[in-house]
Amino acid sequence: MEDILNRLDQKFYVQARYVQRPNLAFVTLKKNVAVQAITYLRDVEGFRHLVMISAVDYIEQNMFQLTYILHNYQLHSDIAVRVELDRENPVMDSLHHLWAAAQVYQREIKEMFGIDFPGSPRVDEPMILEGWDNIPPMRKEFDTKKYSEETYFPREGRASCDPVKIMEKKLYRVEAEVKYEIKRVVRDNRNKSADAN
Amino acid sequence: MEDKEIKNVMDEGFKPEVYFCDARPKVVTPVANKFVRKFYNWAQANSLWILAFGTGCGSIELPPLYKARYDVSRFGIFPRPTPRQAGVFIISGYLSVKTLKRVIRSYEQMQNPKFVLGLGSCTVNGGMYFDSYNTINRLDYYLPVDVYIAGCMPRPEALIAGFNELKKLIKEGRAEGANKYVENLDWYKANQKKIIKDWDLPEYNW
Repeated sequence: MEDILNRLDQKFYVQARYVQRPNLAFVTLKKNVAVQAITYLRDVEGFRHLVMISAVDYIEQNMFQLTYILHNYQLHSDIAVRVELDRENPVMDSLHHLWAAAQVYQREIKEMFGIDFPGSPRVDEPMILEGWDNIPPMRKEFDTKKYSEETYFPREGRASCDPVKIMEKKLYRVEAEVKYEIKRVVRDNRNKSADAN
Repeated sequence: MEDKEIKNVMDEGFKPEVYFCDARPKVVTPVANKFVRKFYNWAQANSLWILAFGTGCGSIELPPLYKARYDVSRFGIFPRPTPRQAGVFIISGYLSVKTLKRVIRSYEQMQNPKFVLGLGSCTVNGGMYFDSYNTINRLDYYLPVDVYIAGCMPRPEALIAGFNELKKLIKEGRAEGANKYVENLDWYKANQKKIIKDWDLPEYNW
């Protein structure tokens, strides 16, 4: 694994690397060399299988992080290529010419995060969400609870379960009325005497 | 459709009014004669045919219901493949907006008498998906629910208890969900259109 990473570093300058297990490593690459590096990994190093593409929204660092996980069948090992994108202008090169399956991931990421992949087939069509007219829902600035409360008629919370109130209502109605009447009279008289003084 | 018809559609675009009846549904009043009405209700209560439509995790609870252990066919409950033959719609668990569109379409195609069973707490108040951007919170704003079965997930026994409750309602003549839907159609449609943004259905799918 280290040899592969060193060779990758010589060709494409690995910004950061993290070997989690002997057969799993994470490398961070620059955006403009990422597709070349993935092509190199696929064609030369034998990482033939695209496991998945995922995106993470790091709103504090103002970036999106894309992760491409590739698998090598001979070595039984994975390399995850990470690419950091600017949050203001999230555009990434498409991978659909390497693996046709990538276009599905890219459509989903376009829909959920708003990261554009120009040239990927049908990337602008809605895929999962039908008629979505808000900002992409997986972005951190999208307040999903607020949206749900505004849109989906939430049921109001649980009613009070104070046993005294319930017993007064159900069993001791007259007694409760008398009690509250006495309380009212006492309070009013107290106020009157306070006014007189 | 014939080739000519398809060509017309391709040329002029799809016109829903040609293919769908746009008449509003009517309230089905119960039979006036008391004994006949009681017989009808008894018959309806003992042949509840379920539409085989699973929306969420509750659809996993349905197959054991039909099998030897719980065997609901002894209560006259039976799964049917199409809305035209079914009488009970089980909303089994969480319901996303995308599925709601299909649910409305299937529900409106079912024939009277028809009943809706809300299964799981997701249909009551959203359950664990109360803050989801894509899952409805209260089912009774979009469809008339006759019986709710609370729980996450309710076991098949709870489902059978819900069916017994529904039978009781039908025998008393109080399961009037379909008529309620027809009477308040405008309110239901307004709620449905509020959340289904790309509304491309006819007003009522016969």
